Amino acid sequence: MKSLVSISDCSKEYILRILDLAEKFEQNPNNKLLDGKLVATLFFEPSTRTRLSFETAVNRLGGRVIGFSDAATSSSSKGETLKDTIKMVSNYVDLIIMRHPVEGAARLASEVASVPVINAGDGANQHPTQTMLDLYSIKKTQGKLEDLTLSMVGDLKYGRTVHSLLMAMRFFNPKFNFVAPKELRMPEQYIDYCRKHKISFREIEDMNDILKETDILYMTRVQQERFTDLVEYEKVKNTYTLHNAMLDGSKDNLKILHPLPRVNEISEDVDDNPKAYYFEQARNGVYARQAVICDILGLI
Amino acid sequence: MKKELVVRALENGTVIDHIPADKLFQIVNILHLDTMTDQITIGNNLDSSKLGKKGVIKISGRYIDPQEFNKIALIAPHARINIIKDYQVVEKKICEMPDEVYDVLHCVNPMCITNKQNVTTHFHVVNKEDRTVKCHYCERYIKAEDFILK
Repeated sequence: MKSLVSISDCSKEYILRILDLAEKFEQNPNNKLLDGKLVATLFFEPSTRTRLSFETAVNRLGGRVIGFSDAATSSSSKGETLKDTIKMVSNYVDLIIMRHPVEGAARLASEVASVPVINAGDGANQHPTQTMLDLYSIKKTQGKLEDLTLSMVGDLKYGRTVHSLLMAMRFFNPKFNFVAPKELRMPEQYIDYCRKHKISFREIEDMNDILKETDILYMTRVQQERFTDLVEYEKVKNTYTLHNAMLDGSKDNLKILHPLPRVNEISEDVDDNPKAYYFEQARNGVYARQAVICDILGLI
Repeated sequence: MKKELVVRALENGTVIDHIPADKLFQIVNILHLDTMTDQITIGNNLDSSKLGKKGVIKISGRYIDPQEFNKIALIAPHARINIIKDYQVVEKKICEMPDEVYDVLHCVNPMCITNKQNVTTHFHVVNKEDRTVKCHYCERYIKAEDFILK
């Protein structure tokens, strides 16, 4: 039985198959492939975008959804173990989609469930369908995945989306610019990963240095609570804000992605620039998730 | 008169040789040798052509169980373990990093599910040379110097 827990489990063939399917769902998002199927969305921590995106994906395919959107309303608040919750829910549904604040929770769930599990985020670890929609957005806007320059900006230390995207891109000969303050630089584990997989990268602190050469600008939020020294935060917080004027001279094919929610790292004057792609990127999430769900259930 | 310390040959027991000198007391702890009442001989900082300085432990009347063997393999991957019965070496084992490590290490990530709920730890060995492992659950990479044995 298949589950989707981590991007590190995904082969190149699998990724490409999902992206092809996502394209088909974009052309025809409303069909009845999930007619008669019941899907559980177990959100042990709140999430707006991811839960709505998954539920939209299921509903547009004619499936039905049960679940909860807050652990306080589940029996885990009474002390039930994750293992017991998953075993119980497995009896009711065809598929479990789970977000959990604890890292590794999705792997454990996939091992005890009798139905497939899709990881919708396990703490700071993995969020593979976000990566699928990021890849789909890159492919759709660039026409390819190979030989692109991706610049990741902001919180590269705690941002799971950048880690997963980095790992998924290993198949496509990318060139990375990691742009972050020292406190939030890419963790050594992922620097080692790049070296091991011969992925070209450089680490820099000034975003202006890389804008002209970038194909995909992947912005993330620099969060105040990540800093031990607030003076340091004040010094860097505006360094990682993208303004429209900074995009002068950038490549025509440049697209700006962001996993959202955006706070102040992308100025609102960028929103009308045709290079801004973050809202379309969120829409692509529905198609990518429809593809993952139907593939995992063997419906296509 | 010159006095010499005589270390008698073992009749039954275990000899662990080729222990890196800085790992010897970790192995003493793993095997709980401080609570043993039978004879134990511990030598450390002995000259070794391979290791520079090495440690040796001779334990009378006690053998190593598989879980202890796995722990020793993790922290002293080239140690040699000889099983002695009736003064004869009946089995020689060279410790080797396994491919998978179950229930021997704690995950260093406090947010890992194995530290939150009753889950057996499981690590994939990703590099036997520098002894890096990856948590099967939270995917955190852990280097040898950060190992926390159970």
